Amino acid sequence: MAWTPDQPIIRIADVHKSFGPIEVLKGVTFDVRKGEVICVIGPSGSGKSTLLRCVNALVPIERGSILVEGQEVNDPKLDKLALRRKVGMVFQQYNLFPHKTALQNVMMAPIHVLKQDRNEVEARAIALLRKVRLAEKAAAYPGELSGGQQQRVAIARSLAMNPDVMLFDEVTAALDPETVKEVLVAIRELAAEGMTCMIVTHEMGFARELAHHIYFTDRGVIVEHGPPTDFFACPRDPRTKEFLSQIL
Amino acid sequence: MDTVADWFKWLYAAHGINLTIFYDPLDGNRFLRGIGTTLGLSAICIALSMVIGIVGAWVQGARSALLRRLVQGYIQFFRNTPPLIQLYFFYFAVGSLLPRVTDMHGAQVPPVSNITWAIISFSFFAGAFNVEIFRAGIEAVPRATIEAAEALGYSRLKAYIHVVLPLAFRVSLPALNNNLVNLVKTTTLSYAIGVPELLYAAAQIWSEVLNVREMMNVLLISYVAIVGALVLVMNRWERAMRMPGYGV
Ligand SMILES: Nc1ncnc2c1ncn2[C@@H]1O[C@H](COP(=O)(O)OP(=O)(O)OP(=O)(O)O)[C@@H](O)[C@H]1O
Ligand SMILES: [Mg+2]
Repeated sequence: MAWTPDQPIIRIADVHKSFGPIEVLKGVTFDVRKGEVICVIGPSGSGKSTLLRCVNALVPIERGSILVEGQEVNDPKLDKLALRRKVGMVFQQYNLFPHKTALQNVMMAPIHVLKQDRNEVEARAIALLRKVRLAEKAAAYPGELSGGQQQRVAIARSLAMNPDVMLFDEVTAALDPETVKEVLVAIRELAAEGMTCMIVTHEMGFARELAHHIYFTDRGVIVEHGPPTDFFACPRDPRTKEFLSQIL
Repeated sequence: MDTVADWFKWLYAAHGINLTIFYDPLDGNRFLRGIGTTLGLSAICIALSMVIGIVGAWVQGARSALLRRLVQGYIQFFRNTPPLIQLYFFYFAVGSLLPRVTDMHGAQVPPVSNITWAIISFSFFAGAFNVEIFRAGIEAVPRATIEAAEALGYSRLKAYIHVVLPLAFRVSLPALNNNLVNLVKTTTLSYAIGVPELLYAAAQIWSEVLNVREMMNVLLISYVAIVGALVLVMNRWERAMRMPGYGV
């Protein structure tokens, strides 16, 4: 059965994942609809990063199913390239290619992976850098950019592949408070344009403002979820209450 | 031209310093051909040893344990034995096992010439070190950077070519520099199997003219110049590959 945009773009069903003896994900289930912004919050080590990394097949899962636009990620015959064209990912530590300029970082994957025309890619890359307000830094190397600037280049780099979904893994956690804002602005604009986003974050204000739905994870399970107004106003589970009281 | 020759003749007559290579066309030619052979031999061995290093380092990251162990054995063999014995091994042991072929004059000759054996022997010798050097460079590339490439749809090979190798190279350059300098100096060993390189030419000249002291100085100065030129090129390369903001 072919996937249609009215079905959830990501369907995560009963996902289990262990590293050695440690079970990190113990049956996680939820859907993300097209254009939806979901935030995953939870204590350190609860498996948030692992969950994101499972979605674009950076780590294999043991049990359960992840469908991205109807394509099963937990399939040995998975076409990883096809999956990763649809799913962009931005990391906490930016992970730019330090030997390439900001512009080259954005251009590389479309040229190397998608074999697109260099001139066309360059025009798009410049537009993307302008979008994240870094047009004037196109020729700078990552080592010459601040953390916030590097993270915005990383967002532009991911967007250059024209993904349908963006995964953000604590993308502001390594930044100082002033630069956090510039990255959040970039994500906010993306969400406003209708990009489907899965965001792992510790920025509760940001989650409350942006998310359509919030998932709280603890020790590999989703403890509680709901729209931000309900979730923050009247958390039901004691673990959620405790977490929110510590962080707010 | 003649004035140079005349000056060196005068130098011999007046001071007893006999540099036949500057006024005797036969010795001059021998010497030039010696330099040419040394340069050619060095250049080919540098290129081949780098190819061996890159391929070997790639194989060391392969899934097949057999392949990995083969490369490991190769490294151990060539790193732990003297290069002169390796050369003798190829030339005398392996060379004598090969069937003779008839050349264009009808004579029975070995199928592999002595200079080819020198190229093979030295390339594998330096290549063994290059594998280790590149592997250290590859190991210095952060896992997260490779993951970022994977998340952008790069296959293992593409990530290796466009991200891992360029970064590994930068880390490896100082060690590579040393090894290639060593390789150039090692080419003098091919004297032992009669390859007409620089040392061979010099020895030919001094055994006829009996100007050992002069030719020793010429030899040393020649190698200082050759190795100096190599180091200059390598340093240029290192500077050209510098990543601004990283100090590497
Ligand atoms: N590659 C790995 N090998 C072994 N264990 C791992 C690996 N990746 C993660 N883990 C373990 O899995 C658990 C969950 O890690 P994960 O990074 O998903 O947590 P997290 O919720 O993202 O935490 P944080 O908020 O600190 O980023 C941790 O106990 C971690 O040590
Ligand atoms: Mg994490």
